[in-house]
Amino acid sequence: MDSGKNFLMGVYEDEDVLLAAVKNVRSAGVKIHEVFSPYPVHGLDDALGYKRTRLPIAAFMFGFLGTILALTMQGYMLAIDWPMIIGGKNYASVTFVPVTFELTVLLSALGMVGTFLIVSNMRPWAKPRIFDIRSTDDKHVMVVDLDENKVSADEITRVLNNSGASEVNPKQFDDN
Amino acid sequence: MQVVSPVREPLITGNKSYHDVTRDICTRVEEKPSKSWFLAMAVSIGALLVGGYALAITLWDGIGMWGLNRTVGWAWDITNFVWWVGIGHAGTLISAILLLFRQKWRMSINRAAEAMTIFAVICAAMFPIVHMGRPWLGFYWALPLPNTFGSLWVNFNSPLLWDVFAISTYFTVSLVFWYMGLIPDFATIRDRAKGVSKIIYGVLSFGWDGAAKTWSRYESVSLILAGLATPLVLSVHTIVSMDFATSVIPGWHTTIFPPYFVAGAIFSGFAMVMTLMLVTRKVYKLEDYITIKHIELMNIIIMVTGSIVGVAYITELFMAWYSGVEYEQYAFLNRTSGPYWWAYATMMTCNVVSPQLFWFKKIRTSIAASFILSIVVNIGMWFERFVIIVTSLHRDYLPSSWAMFHPTLYDMGVYLFTFGFFFTAFFLFAKFFPVINIAEIKSILKSDSEKKPVAKAVVQDIKE
Repeated sequence: MDSGKNFLMGVYEDEDVLLAAVKNVRSAGVKIHEVFSPYPVHGLDDALGYKRTRLPIAAFMFGFLGTILALTMQGYMLAIDWPMIIGGKNYASVTFVPVTFELTVLLSALGMVGTFLIVSNMRPWAKPRIFDIRSTDDKHVMVVDLDENKVSADEITRVLNNSGASEVNPKQFDDN
Repeated sequence: MQVVSPVREPLITGNKSYHDVTRDICTRVEEKPSKSWFLAMAVSIGALLVGGYALAITLWDGIGMWGLNRTVGWAWDITNFVWWVGIGHAGTLISAILLLFRQKWRMSINRAAEAMTIFAVICAAMFPIVHMGRPWLGFYWALPLPNTFGSLWVNFNSPLLWDVFAISTYFTVSLVFWYMGLIPDFATIRDRAKGVSKIIYGVLSFGWDGAAKTWSRYESVSLILAGLATPLVLSVHTIVSMDFATSVIPGWHTTIFPPYFVAGAIFSGFAMVMTLMLVTRKVYKLEDYITIKHIELMNIIIMVTGSIVGVAYITELFMAWYSGVEYEQYAFLNRTSGPYWWAYATMMTCNVVSPQLFWFKKIRTSIAASFILSIVVNIGMWFERFVIIVTSLHRDYLPSSWAMFHPTLYDMGVYLFTFGFFFTAFFLFAKFFPVINIAEIKSILKSDSEKKPVAKAVVQDIKE
């Protein structure tokens, strides 16, 4: 992700202008590096052509792991290792349901959130590249990586301005 | 494009721009706390210290310091436990169930309600742990570890063990849900802050940058967490009710308990949210975010769940009579007209009669009435648990073992301790964390705020 050094940023005030702009900028042949918003804009991921996240699959797999783990644990403890025969009833019974349910939910939630943090590179010590600090306040910032694009910077500036950006600013990073 | 009804009342008033929302919420975190905040903290910490003394003595000398006797082995401790767990239910209900039902008005109150949930669950968990007598061993007893004298394990047939799993899962998932919601807002504060607080909020924000890809994943995570938390919240109080319902004590041994407890939990939880939000709204001047409409909607939920609870009480009485079981009949006769009749009467008045006042629009849109009734409801709900627990126990099968329960100062002190903890934690939260979900509010600003020109333009777009 953090490959480029020279960027152009289009700043947008309104989510609907932004959505239209994303479509226009992409159809003009400009590759968008990323869009930063203060709140989730519905339809933005589709407009940018992002694939649907596979996090729901992760949630299911972790949940399934929780179910298996809970049933194995209870079965081993109360039926195999130290059988508890109460009222002549089976060892494994419906009384295993509550704990199984809880562990399914617990592992599913923790596993999914953990996966989310890992794939999104979110750590307490993470130092994110902030292009424009107003993107956590009231502005949508569309970032174009100049090194990724064959189109000239002047042409990109023109496209961004025409798409309804209120400002177009250059941004450079010296790190990497 | 969102479909917006031009006739629907706005959820956010005061013609807010996006920047106004950021400023209104973040300023509370950034500015020096007010005098009233210090006063509130002093009172809470005072309660924490006085209660802490009672708790320390209870831990040192044992639970003999409480008023329990051989007949009434569960009293204030389990009453308080169920009461606090119940209060904890509103937070997840608001953020998870109302999210699934797309109730946008939840966005103004979900953050504080979830914080309340977390603190309430901590208060609740304290009681069973202290009741173990030796809490330093309690973790060992409750976890699925083998017995020291053999490999006898914890009993998975016991509802008390289900409770351990239910409460700890509920606490963990609620905490994660709450924290996930906080991350984008911490980033907002980070980007406004300087110096040490920039570092602290930077760490808390996990390096959030608001990228479209991250938002897309984040939305998906929130939705699934809501889907997981919804059955979880229902399961927790169901399992708490099974602590009683799976026993053979007349008055406890009823199948109506799970739904009845869940309704009661939502009822008392919403009442506590109301109490806290009315104070927060006033102190932090959040009238534009928590409007009369929000208060009215919460009051309607209190009225509906209060009525469900009322139906449950009456069903219980009917079933006791209709079952023909004389022990069951006696338990309920004793509840309503025995030595604890006053507790039963308090419960009935506070929980069944008082919420019916919300049928009147004047009352459910009045701040003073909402505040008073929210406290009345929680008094009633405390008495409900007291009635269920103590009146079912105190007249045992043999009249020779009949007894009354008399709380000692230490019973009251430990209860006071949890209040001290709850309010100290809540005031710290209200000072250092954003009390309203900034990002979510911004996402509905265009469709549900007072900004008429924008709303009109949106409607225009849809027509075209």
